[in-house]
Amino acid sequence: MTTTQDVVPGDGPKRSVTRRRRPLTFDRVSFMVVFLGLPLAIFLIFVISPFVQALYYSLTDWSGFSSGMNFVGFDNYVKLFHDDIFLRAVRNNVELAIVVPLVTIVLSLTLATLVTVGGSGTGTVRGLRNSGYYRIVSFFPYVIPAIVIGLIWAQVFTPGSGILDAVLSKIGLSQFANYAWLGDARTAMPASMFVMIWGGVGFYMVLFIAAIRGIDPEVFEAARIDGAGRFRTAIFLTVPLIRDNVQTAYIYLGIAALDAFVYMQALNPGGGPQNSTLVMPQQLFTTAFTKGQFGYSTAMGVILAAVTMLFALLVFLVNRLTGGSERKVKVRR
Amino acid sequence: MTTTAGQADVVVGSTTSGKGDREGRGVATTAHIALILWSLLVILPLIWTLLSSFKSTQEILGNPLSLPSKLRFGNYANAWTTAGIGQYFLNTVIVVGSALVLVMVLGAMCAYVLARFQFFGNRVIYYSMLAGLTFPVFLAIVPLFFVLKNFGLLNTLPGLIITYVAFALPFTVFFLHSFFKALPGEVYEAAQIDGAGEWRSFFSVMLPMARPGMASVAIFNFLGLWNQFLLPVALNTNSNNYVLSQGMASFASQAGYAVDFGALFAAVVITVAPVLVVYIFFQRQLQVSVTAGGVK
Repeated sequence: MTTTQDVVPGDGPKRSVTRRRRPLTFDRVSFMVVFLGLPLAIFLIFVISPFVQALYYSLTDWSGFSSGMNFVGFDNYVKLFHDDIFLRAVRNNVELAIVVPLVTIVLSLTLATLVTVGGSGTGTVRGLRNSGYYRIVSFFPYVIPAIVIGLIWAQVFTPGSGILDAVLSKIGLSQFANYAWLGDARTAMPASMFVMIWGGVGFYMVLFIAAIRGIDPEVFEAARIDGAGRFRTAIFLTVPLIRDNVQTAYIYLGIAALDAFVYMQALNPGGGPQNSTLVMPQQLFTTAFTKGQFGYSTAMGVILAAVTMLFALLVFLVNRLTGGSERKVKVRR
Repeated sequence: MTTTAGQADVVVGSTTSGKGDREGRGVATTAHIALILWSLLVILPLIWTLLSSFKSTQEILGNPLSLPSKLRFGNYANAWTTAGIGQYFLNTVIVVGSALVLVMVLGAMCAYVLARFQFFGNRVIYYSMLAGLTFPVFLAIVPLFFVLKNFGLLNTLPGLIITYVAFALPFTVFFLHSFFKALPGEVYEAAQIDGAGEWRSFFSVMLPMARPGMASVAIFNFLGLWNQFLLPVALNTNSNNYVLSQGMASFASQAGYAVDFGALFAAVVITVAPVLVVYIFFQRQLQVSVTAGGVK
């Protein structure tokens, strides 16, 4: 890397020395200002500066609309660790981050395996015939906004008018005739988890199908010839070969589960019975925009960010320690 | 699923064709059954929603399994006008459309400069983009509220657009960075020798070459922005400026029994149908793009 301020097209060492110093024409200057300056300004003002400000606000007792803002050090954090409702939200988020990624990945990997190697025949390993339809249909939830997925399922779960109770009582489970899945503290969380999983499986199934198809077919042939069954092949061959994809999926899903704001707002806006589905982002949102405690709510944001980082780090470490490769994971929203 | 596993395990080294064939077919059948079950689980709630959108509120509350007695398109009219879904739809098209165009242009420009020019601070910018991608938006939401307020952009569509652009930018830059990096340098040199300036080189030569990457990112960004919920709910609280996602949520949470359920289901269909139809037509390209983004 050059440390000069000059703009030099960088394309390896073969570039001739004469190219290194280019005249600062209007074309070049305006180009750099617009191409780099404009996006960067937007990014700094609307992304970086709020993040940095948040760190400071979390150390104040700022309540937004009043002018007073006193520096209180780590008081907000101390308060958070004694805030039973927030701690409940943290627990719920952690539960989500454990269950949702695990179930989603197992389910989508299973379905992807069935599509790719479930085909009949004895010679080569073949994909399942006519599996295109399953792939298309399974992918539907990905193109439906999460809030709408939540609203649809909230209707499905509604006692009386929802289709779930109607179907269950029709097949003889009459104890569910008027059961409020989202209104009972025992089932609200599992039902919410189910909705999140429903929304995620299709996308990861398609992702894993692509990853499995990317494996050299000769590897499967060799396993077949050596006498490995399909099940053993899937567990001991496919999964290790696509473990980086699994890690990536685990991180995305975990981050989504630590958020979960949209789903929970749709299913139980108030946090559910006995706060059983309350998540950190919901509590943060209410504290900030309903109660106006901005200092306190940004401290929640810092905790949320810390937990998210910790989760990503944990997944990395586990994958490393169990022999995963060192390839870096690309982060996608 | 366990049955599949058990059965599959039996097909070991099936060289004797007759037996293997039969068992292979067994596996295929089990696989089909499992996949059909999942597909049904996905599609049944959607079909139920579609059917319910033609029912009256009494029918919906009365018997969830019944078919609509007649096709009440009035629900759609009610959703579109009375519930304001039409206005929200228009707002969403404006916000998502503008933000998408802006973020693609700005993101491509930024990624191009970061990928192909060496200058002091290049790495710092790149890694700060990466950081912006990793931190949860919830950390920034409160200060962001006041940043917009100070600019006079709170509760306005332009304010929402620029926030969308800002938060979609890191992903766009990050993804396109690798694309521009991989483009051959010779073409750029040739353009320069032919007398094209930096602007021309980018718009006439380099950008068209990055088209496949642009398409993938645009699809990702479109879905991400279309789904966006937190930013509008926090930063755009004027109900005339609502986008679809927040309009749907507020419609559904309207106090108690006054909700017109037929219109609610119709609103869901209006929200879901356009993107779903586009997806069905372009599903192959879309899935290719999406996996290109995810598998790397």
